[in-house]
Amino acid sequence: MRTQKWSAVGVLLIVALVFGACVVPQPGVPPAAPQAEAPAPAPAVGGVQIPEPVDGKFNVAFVYVGPIGDGGWTYAHNEGRLYLEQALGDVVHTAYLESVPEGADAERVIRNLARAGFDAIFTTSFGFMDPTATVAEEFPDVYFVHISGFKRNDTNFANLFGAMESMKYLAGMIAGARAQADGGNRIGYIAPFPIPEVIRHLNATAMGMRRTCPDCLMDVRWIFTWFDPDKERQAAESLFDAGADVVITGADTPGPVQVAGERGKWGIGYDSRNACDVDPEHCLTVPYWEWGPEYTRLVQSMLDGTFVGADIYFDVDSGSLGLLGFMEGQTPQPGVPAEVIPTVEELLAKMLSGEMNRFTIFTGPIRDNKGNEIVPAGVTLTQSDLEGLQGIPGREDCTICMNWLAEGIVPDAEIPQ
Amino acid sequence: MASQTTTLPQQRRMGVRIERRLEQPLWLRIATPFILIAAALLIGALLLGLVGANPWVVYNKMASIAFGSAHGWSDTTIKATPLILAGLGVSIAFRMRLWNIGAEGQLFIGAWVATGFALFWLPRDTPQALLLTVMAVGGFIGGALWAFVPGVLKARLNINEIITSLMLTYVAILWNNYWVYGPWSDRGFGLTPQFPRNAWLPRFTDYSSDFPFLRGITAHAGIFLALAVAVLLWFVWKRTKWGYEVKVIGDNPRAGQYAGMRLARKIIIVMLLSGGLAGLAGMAEVSGVVHRLQERFSPGYGFTAIIVAWLAKLNPLAIVPVAYLFGGLLVGSDAIQPAGIAKMLQGVVLFVVVGGELLLQYRIKVGRSASS
Repeated sequence: MRTQKWSAVGVLLIVALVFGACVVPQPGVPPAAPQAEAPAPAPAVGGVQIPEPVDGKFNVAFVYVGPIGDGGWTYAHNEGRLYLEQALGDVVHTAYLESVPEGADAERVIRNLARAGFDAIFTTSFGFMDPTATVAEEFPDVYFVHISGFKRNDTNFANLFGAMESMKYLAGMIAGARAQADGGNRIGYIAPFPIPEVIRHLNATAMGMRRTCPDCLMDVRWIFTWFDPDKERQAAESLFDAGADVVITGADTPGPVQVAGERGKWGIGYDSRNACDVDPEHCLTVPYWEWGPEYTRLVQSMLDGTFVGADIYFDVDSGSLGLLGFMEGQTPQPGVPAEVIPTVEELLAKMLSGEMNRFTIFTGPIRDNKGNEIVPAGVTLTQSDLEGLQGIPGREDCTICMNWLAEGIVPDAEIPQ
Repeated sequence: MASQTTTLPQQRRMGVRIERRLEQPLWLRIATPFILIAAALLIGALLLGLVGANPWVVYNKMASIAFGSAHGWSDTTIKATPLILAGLGVSIAFRMRLWNIGAEGQLFIGAWVATGFALFWLPRDTPQALLLTVMAVGGFIGGALWAFVPGVLKARLNINEIITSLMLTYVAILWNNYWVYGPWSDRGFGLTPQFPRNAWLPRFTDYSSDFPFLRGITAHAGIFLALAVAVLLWFVWKRTKWGYEVKVIGDNPRAGQYAGMRLARKIIIVMLLSGGLAGLAGMAEVSGVVHRLQERFSPGYGFTAIIVAWLAKLNPLAIVPVAYLFGGLLVGSDAIQPAGIAKMLQGVVLFVVVGGELLLQYRIKVGRSASS
């Protein structure tokens, strides 16, 4: 009798510990992300959907790494999916799978979507690249588009990404102007991973900051996650503790903007146009993705039979990138210093017309944060340089690879190895 | 514990009592899992109905994804393999009432060692059979050493192994992250380069050139390893003195000591075996499925394995079907979105099944009370 009671206690203890333990390391269930605004998918009952193709339509599936209610990266992709449904109307049917772990699970999910009869599959996280490539070889009749990677197969598998660095540059200008107006000189940046994409965004932001505030310094926190509301908040706390006037996040939730509000300081969000909604008073702007037009263009090309499995990299003139407060029909957030608005508007107009782009920003002379000259005057980085590509079949290798930190970032900052 | 008597206002006194069963009848022991799963599905159906989904359609879809085709069985087998191995691992410790709940960490270390051999510590042209053997043995030893720490602390200093094994899990995960982002990283991303082909456990689909019907069946040889270990462990419990001693110590450590069994030594060996099997699960996962080491390559297999082992009443042969059931639940979760609903269903099943298992140890007795 006694031992049995003991075992019962043991089970309860284990269960308690296991559930306690499970919650921490698993992504996917956002404890703090705002869920309310997640729109209900069109064909579903009560917001619930079974991801199945529908007969007689062009079926497009989306594989998301986070929950659609993350208020950031995945939210923006889901907005793009809804835009696509609206733009192409009855011709297409879309479905999604959210919070899919990267790696082996992703391969299973993607393969099963292809097997189920979807005509096109969009996978929206870097870690889905290899699984997408593998399944794309197995299903030559299905179209695959991977976002934020560098693989493609020239036929049914393309990769898609955009020059967010252009918008980050403008966001950096706004942050620098704000710090200067406040009499400070510190900006904080939350960097998810030490990969070329993040370093490129970080460097563009720092260069923008230096344009409006030549003596500003940028602090960096590497958090090694795209989506972790707690870590993102902690990084913001730490940056403000170190004296930052503005914190710019490169990760997926609006947590850092919330922290900025709590501190009475300034935040700049990322990813989706609603990232400022948590605290518009203290949110300066958001460089955001507008995936809808690009999705629609690609699906239309599939319908027309003109799709190619290419490297697609769009810049601001595609209409697929946004800077909150400065796009058509928007007004700048209340915290943006008035004196910087005309300059930002002017540069943005140039970017929208295609006169200015990512290459303009990454033209020398550019120094790194130790004072070494990285890009000589008159030299412009190539696309491979920007993406830090090396040994990728069909792409040229980078010569000035994206593995340096730009001037303006604190001199003792390093890229974690 | 929870007994109560209700007295009805009648002349003849009727009683409804809840009492612990002294012994569970055989039919109940066999029926328990089915009753519990049915109850879990019923509650799940209620919740599905509440969020506006048709439970019948959802369940059908889940079952057909997980078990409705050869591909479904293959996907479910892939999920069940690490659950069986790690489940067997924790069941060894549980048999002795050693609560090794750090299987997840041991699994990570096993995978880490296997990755070291696959990519870095052996020449690239190592023959496949040799390389896989070294990876498996290395993975086993890695997991075993990770469990050795809580084992030796328990045996020598009587430090609670629940805490130490759980905490070491986080150390293992961070250790893993350090290597996949640092020295072993592929271009700074949170993963290593892909293993060379000779470090892959053979998959059914690899033979599809000879047997076309195997195309896309990505289940790998790890399942045979898992089944073999299950049978072996069953034999150890049933037929060997060592297995008998472990059970005796589990039921009553003092009696074991009086009988001359060396308790500390047994604790350490049991923890080594327990962790070793979890490490083997990690090796099988990276070598058979992921083909590289990466951040969060395990969606918590080591934790789910605890539930699997417990539900199977620590019976090695029962662990196999239970692991398949949970594998099916994981795979079938793709059937409904948002993903939170599937996660909630998994939670309901766990909760009902584990909680209900306790409840079924009691019975309700209705009858005339025997008192005066």
